[in-house]
Amino acid sequence: MAYVAIADSDHEHALHDPQTFIRKYIWSQDHKVIALQYAFVAIAIGLVALGMSVLMRLQLGFPNTFSFIAPQDYYQYITMHGMIMVIYLLTALFLGGFGNLLIPLMCGSRDMVFPYMNMLSFWVYLLAVLVLVAGMFVPGGPTGAGWTLYPPQAISAGTPGATWGIICMLASLAIFIVAFTMGGLNYITTVLQARCRGMTLMRMPLSVWGIFCASILGLLAFPALFVSAIMMTLDSVVGTSFFMPAVASMGEPGKHVGGSPLLFQHLFWFFGHPEVYIVALPAFGIVSDLLSTHARHNIFGYRMMVWAILAIACLSFVVWAHHMYVSGMNPYFGFFFATTTLIIAVPTAIKVYNWVLTLWRGDIHLTVPMLFAIGFIFTFINGGLTGLFLGNVTVDVPLSGTYFVVAHFHMVMGVSPILVIFGAIYHWYPKITGRMLNETLGKIHFWATFIGTYSIYLPMHYLGILGVPRRYYGYSNGIEFIPPSAHTANEWITISALFVASVQMVFLFNLAWSYFKGKPAGSNPWRATTLEWQTPDTPAKHGNWGPKLPVVYRWAYDYSVPGAPEDFIPQNVPPDDRIPAGHEAAKA
Amino acid sequence: MSLTFAYGALLTGVIVWLLLVSRLRARPWEASVATASSGMTFPETVAPAKVGLWVFLAVITSLFGLFISAYHMRMGHGPQTVSDWRPFPEPLILWINTAVLILSSVAMQWAKVSLARGDAAHTRTGLLLGGAFAIAFLVGQFLAWRLIKVSGYLVPSNPAVAFFYVLTGVHALHLLGGVYVWGRTAARMRKAHELIDVRLSIELATVYFHYLLIVWLVLFALLLTHSIDSQMIFERLC
Repeated sequence: MAYVAIADSDHEHALHDPQTFIRKYIWSQDHKVIALQYAFVAIAIGLVALGMSVLMRLQLGFPNTFSFIAPQDYYQYITMHGMIMVIYLLTALFLGGFGNLLIPLMCGSRDMVFPYMNMLSFWVYLLAVLVLVAGMFVPGGPTGAGWTLYPPQAISAGTPGATWGIICMLASLAIFIVAFTMGGLNYITTVLQARCRGMTLMRMPLSVWGIFCASILGLLAFPALFVSAIMMTLDSVVGTSFFMPAVASMGEPGKHVGGSPLLFQHLFWFFGHPEVYIVALPAFGIVSDLLSTHARHNIFGYRMMVWAILAIACLSFVVWAHHMYVSGMNPYFGFFFATTTLIIAVPTAIKVYNWVLTLWRGDIHLTVPMLFAIGFIFTFINGGLTGLFLGNVTVDVPLSGTYFVVAHFHMVMGVSPILVIFGAIYHWYPKITGRMLNETLGKIHFWATFIGTYSIYLPMHYLGILGVPRRYYGYSNGIEFIPPSAHTANEWITISALFVASVQMVFLFNLAWSYFKGKPAGSNPWRATTLEWQTPDTPAKHGNWGPKLPVVYRWAYDYSVPGAPEDFIPQNVPPDDRIPAGHEAAKA
Repeated sequence: MSLTFAYGALLTGVIVWLLLVSRLRARPWEASVATASSGMTFPETVAPAKVGLWVFLAVITSLFGLFISAYHMRMGHGPQTVSDWRPFPEPLILWINTAVLILSSVAMQWAKVSLARGDAAHTRTGLLLGGAFAIAFLVGQFLAWRLIKVSGYLVPSNPAVAFFYVLTGVHALHLLGGVYVWGRTAARMRKAHELIDVRLSIELATVYFHYLLIVWLVLFALLLTHSIDSQMIFERLC
C-alpha cells in the first residue's frame, strides 16, 4: 500500500490558506474545522435527546404528575432519544468529529485526501439532522415506533408519527448514510494513502486503528440500514409489501399482503450490531491512548490490541441475530449466534486486560482525561458482563423485555463511550483551542457523572431482575407483580438522571469559559508522543505542519523508555536524538 | 439469512486478509525497528482517488449484496402454497439493454487502451461512445419500466414486481452517477491540452462502468432466473 504518494509530492504544493470568514469557518475544507462543525451539531442534537430522556424519566419516576407527557409523547421521546444518541450523536461525534480531527493529525497528513467531499459530508450530515428535526414538527409528530423502527407498527395506524414522522426518520437516515459514506471513504483512504513517511500501519496510534476499522464497519453495515429505509419507505408510500404483512384493521383488510417483518429485523440488526462496534472501536482506540499517555507507560500488547480490534470488527458481522432471540428462530441458529456472541467476548476481554496491564506499574497521573478513561474501564466491564448474560438464549428470553436490557446497553453503549468522549475532549481541547479546560470543574464533572450514571443504571438491573417491563408508559394499573420497591427505585433513578443531566451544564460552561479564560496550554501539555502534539503551531494551522511534513521513526508509545532523558519520546524524534523538541534544556 | 451471513463473513475476511494481515507482523516497540529504515522507502504509488473508488465499490457491493439477500429471503417467506410472490415475464428489451451496457463497457475499455497508447482521437471516440451507450441503457431501462406498467403487471403488492423496480432503479441511479462523472470527464477532455490531464478520470470511469456492468449482469441473471418465462422453461425441462 503506497502511502508516499501524497507525502513525497507534498512539498511541491503551496498551502492555500483560506482567507475569508466563509471559506475558513463555514464552507471550510479544513479537517479540523469540519471536525468542530460535526462536534457542535452532534452535541446540539445530543442535548435535545438528553432533554427527551429527562422527560421520560419524569414520567417513569413520578407518573400521573406531568400531564403534558401523554403516552404517545413518551413513545416519541423513546424513539428519538435512541436514534439520536446512537446515530446522530455517537456515530457522528466519534467518526465525523474525532475521525476528522485525529486521522490527519495523527498520521502526519495535511488534510483528508478528498477535502471537498469531506466538507460535503458535514453539510449532508447537517441536512440529515435538519430533516430529523423537521420530523418533530410534521402532522402527527415524530415517529414513536421505538428506535428499531420495527414494522408493522412503525407504519401502521395507531403508532405515533406513522405517516409523516416515520418518513422523515427514514429520509433522514438515508441522508445520514450518504453523508457517512462520503466521510468514511475519506477516513479509510487517508489512513491507507496519506500517512507521512515512516508511519507504517503498525506505528499508528490505536485511536487511528479504532476509527479506521469503525469506518470500514460503517461502510459495510450502513447499506443494510439504507436498504431497509428504502424498502420501508416504499411500503409506507407506494404500498409495496416488503416488510408489511397482511393486516386487517377494524375488520377491513389493509393494502399490504404477505410481507416479512422478520426480514426487516435481519436487515436492521445486520447494521445494528456492527453499529455497536462502530461506536465502540473508536472508543477502544482513544481510551488506549489516554491510558498510555496519562500512565506514562507504553500500551501493553500493542500488536494484540490491533488484532483484537480486527477480530472484533470481523466478529461483529456474525452476531446480529442475538438481538432477535425473542423473535423466534431455528434453535441451531440461536446456538450459532449465542456462540459467536460469547466468542466476541474473547478479543474484548484481551483489550480490557491490556488496559489494566497498561496501568500496572505506570506513573499514573489522575488527570481529568485519565479519570474518565478509568471510569470507562469500570463501566465497560460492568456493561460487558451483563452482555454475557443476554448473549445466552435461555437467559435472554426472560430478561429481554425488562429493564435489565436497558441497563445493559446504556452501560456498555451509552455511558462507556460517552465517558471516552468526555475524556477525549478534556485531552484534546488544549490542542484545538490552545487552552486547558478547568481541572476542578472537570473533576466535579467526572465524579458527578460517574457516580450519577451508576446511580441510574445499577438499580435498573434490579428492576430487570424483578421483571419490570421496559417500553411501558406507566405501571400504576393492573401490574400487580411489581413491588413498591420498584416504584421507589424509579423515583431514585429519575432524581439521579436529573442530577446527571444538570451536571452536564458544568461541562458546557467549562468548554465556553476555558476558551476565553483557560490556562494557556503550550504545544504539548500532556507530554504525549503522538504526532498531533508535535505540530509547529497550537492550535494547528491550515495544512497542520508548516512547510515540511513530519517523518516518523518510532511507534506511538515510547513512554518511560529506560535511559531516555525525558519520560516520553515523540514519534518524529530520530533514533539518535531522543530528546523531544522544546526540551533542549535536558540535552544541556 | 444464511446468505447474508456468508456474504458478511466472506467480505470482511477477504478485506482484512488482503489489506492488513501481511503488514501486521511488525514489532514496532523493538528498538531495531525504530533505527531501521523500514517504512521509509515506498516503491509504488497509487492515486488516492483510485483507492477511494475501490472502497466505494466495496460499499456498493455491500448495498447490492444486501438487496439480493433481501430478495431471496422475501421470496422464500411464508409457505409456498400461499406465497404472494407472483413471477411475471421480464420485458424483452432488457436483453437489448444488456447488450447496450456491454457495448458501453467495451467502448470505455477502448478509450482506456487508446489512452495508454497515446491515441487522442480514439480515446475521445471511445469515451463518447461509452457515455452514449450508457445513456441509451438508461433510456432502455425507463422503457422497460413503462412496458411493465402498460402490460398491467405493475402491482406494488407483488414483491416480484416491487423488487424488479427497486433493483433496477438503484442500479440506474448508480449508473446515472457514472454518467455524471463521464460528462465531467468528457468536458475536461475537450479542454485538455495533454491526455495525461484526463488519464486518471478515464481510468476510474472505466473501472466504474465495468463494475456496474457486472452488477447488472448479476441482477439480470437473478431477475431472469425467477421470471415466469424461465419457470415455464424449467418446468418443461423437468
